[in-house]
Amino acid sequence: MRRALALLPVALFVLVLAGFMVGLRRDPAILPSMLIGKPLPAFALAPLRPGEPGFASAELTGEPVLLNVFASWCGPCKEEHPVLLRLKAEGVKIAGLDWKEDAADGARWLAANGDPYVRAGNDASGRTGIDLGVSGVPETFVLDRRGRVRYRQVGAITPEVWSRTIAPLMAKLEAES
Amino acid sequence: MRRLALIAAAALALAGPALAVTPDEQLRDPAQEARARALSQELRCLVCQNQSIDDSAAPLAHDLRVILRERIAAGDSDRQAVDYLVARYGDFVLLKPPFQPDTWALWLGPLAVLLLGGAGVAVYMRGRAARPESPLSVADEAEAARLLAADKGD
Amino acid sequence: MAAEVGQFALILAFVLAVVQAGATLWGAQRGEPVLMALGRAAAVLQGGFVILAFACLAASYVACDFSVALVAQHSNSQQPLAYRFAATWGSHEGSMLLWVLILAIYGAGVSLFGGTLRETLQARVLGVQGLIGVAFLGFLIFTSNPFLRLSLAPLEGTELNPLLQDPGLVSHPPLLYLGYVGFSVAFAFAVAALLEGRVDAAWARWVRPWVLAAWVPLTAGITLGSLWAYYELGWGGWWFWDPVENASLMPWLLGTALLHSALVLERRGALVSWTILLAILTFSLSLVGTFLVRSGILTSVHAFAVDPRRGIYILGIIAVTTGAALGLYAWRAPSLRTGALFAPLSREGGITLNNLFLVALAATVFLGTFSPVFIELVGSDKISVGPPYYARTFAPLAIPLLALVVFGPMLNWKRDAAAAVLRRVRIPAGVAAAAVLVGLVTVGWKGVVSAAALGLAAWLVAGALAIPARRWWAGRANLRRSIRTTPPAVLGLSLAHAGLGLLLLGVTGVTAWHSDKVLTMRPGDSTVFAGRTITLESVGLADGPNYQARQARFDITGRGGPYTLVAERRAYATSQTTEAAIHVTPLGNLYISGGDEADGGVVVRLWDHPLVVWIWIGGFVMAFGGLVSLCDRRLRLGVAARAPRPALVPAPAE
Repeated sequence: MRRALALLPVALFVLVLAGFMVGLRRDPAILPSMLIGKPLPAFALAPLRPGEPGFASAELTGEPVLLNVFASWCGPCKEEHPVLLRLKAEGVKIAGLDWKEDAADGARWLAANGDPYVRAGNDASGRTGIDLGVSGVPETFVLDRRGRVRYRQVGAITPEVWSRTIAPLMAKLEAES
Repeated sequence: MRRLALIAAAALALAGPALAVTPDEQLRDPAQEARARALSQELRCLVCQNQSIDDSAAPLAHDLRVILRERIAAGDSDRQAVDYLVARYGDFVLLKPPFQPDTWALWLGPLAVLLLGGAGVAVYMRGRAARPESPLSVADEAEAARLLAADKGD
Repeated sequence: MAAEVGQFALILAFVLAVVQAGATLWGAQRGEPVLMALGRAAAVLQGGFVILAFACLAASYVACDFSVALVAQHSNSQQPLAYRFAATWGSHEGSMLLWVLILAIYGAGVSLFGGTLRETLQARVLGVQGLIGVAFLGFLIFTSNPFLRLSLAPLEGTELNPLLQDPGLVSHPPLLYLGYVGFSVAFAFAVAALLEGRVDAAWARWVRPWVLAAWVPLTAGITLGSLWAYYELGWGGWWFWDPVENASLMPWLLGTALLHSALVLERRGALVSWTILLAILTFSLSLVGTFLVRSGILTSVHAFAVDPRRGIYILGIIAVTTGAALGLYAWRAPSLRTGALFAPLSREGGITLNNLFLVALAATVFLGTFSPVFIELVGSDKISVGPPYYARTFAPLAIPLLALVVFGPMLNWKRDAAAAVLRRVRIPAGVAAAAVLVGLVTVGWKGVVSAAALGLAAWLVAGALAIPARRWWAGRANLRRSIRTTPPAVLGLSLAHAGLGLLLLGVTGVTAWHSDKVLTMRPGDSTVFAGRTITLESVGLADGPNYQARQARFDITGRGGPYTLVAERRAYATSQTTEAAIHVTPLGNLYISGGDEADGGVVVRLWDHPLVVWIWIGGFVMAFGGLVSLCDRRLRLGVAARAPRPALVPAPAE
């Protein structure tokens, strides 16, 4: 009995250690999205690009599309931008949500840095972002043909993230009816 | 990859005061405001490092405080107002973890450790009391008896 | 030049640590006095070289040598001298060097002052210390070298985070590390005892002062951290259940249990395997704390810049250190002799119960801190644990413990009678009842819980003071002599337990009776708050050594007044801080924070914190009590001095 009890601490320790080892690989700040598998909450965004209307959530159906949340005041967004432009050139459909700033600032930034978006809208108050569960920028949602969220990328889309995670997913979504 | 902008905001939030609610955020009705304050203290600021939205000056915390107050002013119960945010951000926004199967160990653990430990101690003490103390082995006892007897002879 | 010397000293220290560990453990195994002496010498030398390395880094900081990467990242020439020096440990690498410094000094201490120990035991203790030193010096040299040079030295460095430019930085980390790392000695003693296969009263006599020597600075360090957060962060909070705070609380809780367990082991020879296990676990939790802060496994206000690679290395150290120690425990502990019997109602029984509660409390903090990590592994749900959890789990466990603390020192060893015990606590019980009444009268029937907490605090203080009081009353025929011959350990225990009561007093006051107010004020505006009238007199600018401040000047009349308070918002080169204005009295603090400008005025935040100073007074009294106990010569003289070791005379060459 004593021997069994004496083994208990080391046994528990091994379990805890294993937990730490696996836990170390995770990023504690990244939240899982509550929308995975669900349709986008309904929204209608104000216009961002001069002369163009904004867009509504209902318009993001019919084909797999990325919804990219960005802002001109966001540093990593600037680093992500060239990747998005390249994706656009490759035919990927990206919708842009300009988060928590005036439409004028967002439009100016797009004009200066390039515009990868097929649709773009402005969310000055940030409420639509909060409805999407956004806690920072950049974030990108991957939507399927039926407008359901299948994946959320927290942080910038790097070439590695694209090739390893999002591109295969998009291919799969394309194949879906 | 970190969102540098948000980290900067969070760093500034560290420099800001708790009781981060501003006068213009506060609700008119003191009872509702008190409810909002109490609930805010149990909601996590998602872009900070371990602060509640009541304590943090981060912009997102501000937004969440405002939303919470809107829900309360609109007539939501405490549960409904909080659920509104949980629907968007998940259980992570709750500083008090919900009581559900994957948190049973978390909530019941402390008492369990105390009770199990107490039971262990009780069993151990009873087991010890049942076995009498015998610091000497049989051979030693005999040797001691021989020495004592020899001593008496002097 | 200094950095190169420091680098070299560090490498030499690493080599010496290897020698220390190898010579002592092999020497103890073989019973070779020469090897053991070599190990002892290596320990002292290693200490010397680590001191040299640390001095070199500190010198680089003080001299503003910006060619050293760390100095350029954490210090600049505008910083006051104290903070240039303290910045030495304001980074991951520097604080690791501080860690290793304290480890080496403790090791040297065991070598220099351990002459009365059994030689093989001392050798094994040094061996384990040496192994830990090897691990951490290796960590420093291979992953976190503090002496890296920049190929292009900047003209000016980045200043230290302004939040850290405070006297707190000069004292808080060194005290904490003296505590954390100090428990390595107890750990080493435990492992050495398991290796020897012997645990006796002499061992416990020897361990206790070292445990106290670690417990005192840890208590002081945690208290200081709380105080620093209170006035520095502009929040008025004093404990946040932040993971890194928890990382200091867990070793403290287990260290307190270890302290009491070692006492029982020394006096009665009981609780042998408990004491060994506690010694192992306390230091293991210190290591886990080190892991927490530097690996990025959890987000925390206190975390250094995270690097998972460092996390893996430290986790490896923990795996080997704790894993080997607990494995050794599983193998050897069952064959350690069991101690003397004791009745449930006895001092030993009381301490056993005390330790049970402390372990449960430590487990609670551990669960709260690490559950998010573990739960995320089993499912996709991500939860978070904050103060509301601890309020519902830690507090309910702590309260019965606090109530029982008074009984502990009043119980007789081995066996006691309930009626006699109850008789002894009559006076503290009376004091507690009076305090409850005072509480109820002051706050009304609504405040029953806080009045009860007040009673509990009074119970603790009165119960603690009753210990020496009973001694002095019993010896009242010759009172002066009675007082003069009171063992310091008794005074220490009384102070420590009383400090706990004062701590509870402060916690009760600030938790139950605080109030706050937020409003926009323009110069000339007045507001009434917590029995005081507060007027914003003016808003202006002022300059500091390396910052510019926007000041808000307040005139306060009414309770405790009249007086003036100045709240600041400081703009440093890289960031801003808020310096709250605090008026401190024993009955409570008025805490004012001047915020952003809005509508032509300033957003002013007011807090009333009743009795909050007693939290830190209590903490420091506890630490002081431990210090007084440490002065007890009975602890230090310890085992009767053995015959001096025969001098090692080299055999003449044939």
